[in-house]
Amino acid sequence: MTIKAVALISGGLDSLLAAKLIQHQGIEVVGINFFTGFCVEGHTHAIRNREGSRPKRNNALWVAEQLGIKLHIIDVVEEYKNVVINPRHGYGANLNPCLDCKIFMIGKAREWIAQHGFDFIITGEVNGQRPKSQLRRFMPQVAEESGADDLLLRPLCAKNLPPTRPELEGWVDREQLKDFSGRSRKPQMALAAEFGFEDYAQPAGGCCFLTDKTYSVKLQDLWDNRGRREYELDDIMLLKVGRHIRPSSAFKLIIAREEGETRYLSGYRKQFQTIKTVSHGGPLALIEGAQLDPQQLELACAITGRFSQGRDAESVEFEFSDHNQDLHSVNVKPLRPAQIDPEWIIL
Amino acid sequence: MSDVVELDARRLLCPMPVIRLQDCINQQAPGTRVEITCTDPGTLHDIPTWCRLNGHRVLATTEQQDDYIFLVHKDADAS
Ligand code: SF4
Repeated sequence: MTIKAVALISGGLDSLLAAKLIQHQGIEVVGINFFTGFCVEGHTHAIRNREGSRPKRNNALWVAEQLGIKLHIIDVVEEYKNVVINPRHGYGANLNPCLDCKIFMIGKAREWIAQHGFDFIITGEVNGQRPKSQLRRFMPQVAEESGADDLLLRPLCAKNLPPTRPELEGWVDREQLKDFSGRSRKPQMALAAEFGFEDYAQPAGGCCFLTDKTYSVKLQDLWDNRGRREYELDDIMLLKVGRHIRPSSAFKLIIAREEGETRYLSGYRKQFQTIKTVSHGGPLALIEGAQLDPQQLELACAITGRFSQGRDAESVEFEFSDHNQDLHSVNVKPLRPAQIDPEWIIL
Repeated sequence: MSDVVELDARRLLCPMPVIRLQDCINQQAPGTRVEITCTDPGTLHDIPTWCRLNGHRVLATTEQQDDYIFLVHKDADAS
């Protein structure tokens, strides 16, 4: 009988090593990767740097390629909303619901192995690696609440934990598993060198944008201003792009910071009111909110003008496209830096 | 020649174009060709990689203005 395991592949070194340790024992491994919409991918890079630099690789695909395994990327955007909006176990330092997130993903993997006739699940978790989310006492909780129970094996720290079914059944040799713990990356780096892996993704403070303070502030602002904790995929993608400025509760401006962002935001022209600088070079701005009244429109243009080449001009011409995509010409003097209230800028 | 299934993944950022392709391919019979049009330059890397890993072939890659067009063949032995 061939024993088959599914590995949760985040794209980081830990998931690469965990899968490799099991593959090394002659077990067939297939990868799954969950797309939540918050994943740290080359999005900002893809948006901002079209020309010139090399496109950024998808790390999960890269890991799968190193391992020579199939990778299934699963779109969980809709289901994941409930994890972000109503985490039973609360948030970490920012809007990252890490414990609920792990329970959710491992629960999805549990469903997947049942549907596809696989035997167990592997993750690259290491106990004590991050505060809160991976403390030792949370490990059994994740296994239990996800429904994976003893079918969840963490090869990098298995020796610190009670034996799981793959070990008890003799599918996996526990002796060859690891006892890593804590925040040091040295054991992982040594193991990577042993397996000959180079050029792996360096951990950068978490596997998703929800651990990022600035991003979390923008998401919280979105919820506060809508009066509802909800989002669509476009909302969370747009939080990755541009300057976000909210001069009043009635509307928010998303102002491109460079050419690539202008091009990306242009794709949303039909869904938003937009402001484009006509008389000078300048960015495109999307306006999120109800139809602007004349005063709001003037302010929105004056702010946008601040980021155009006409920032010091007495008057700048803008083209405003309203919700019906009817075009209006507006002439306004851009705001001076001191006129931009720091409170408006959503950081 | 069988027909080509067309997929529009313009404006989608990686890995969404890959997910679209994967979900489409999974529903097709072996031998089917799928043409996917993307705008994220990351797809130049990700689509061939995904195809390689999952046992499908990229028959052609074309760049047309801002679009990247991949013609993918679903191979018989891939699941
Ligand atoms: S950092 Fe993000 S993806 Fe990783 S466990 Fe926390 S919420 Fe989930």
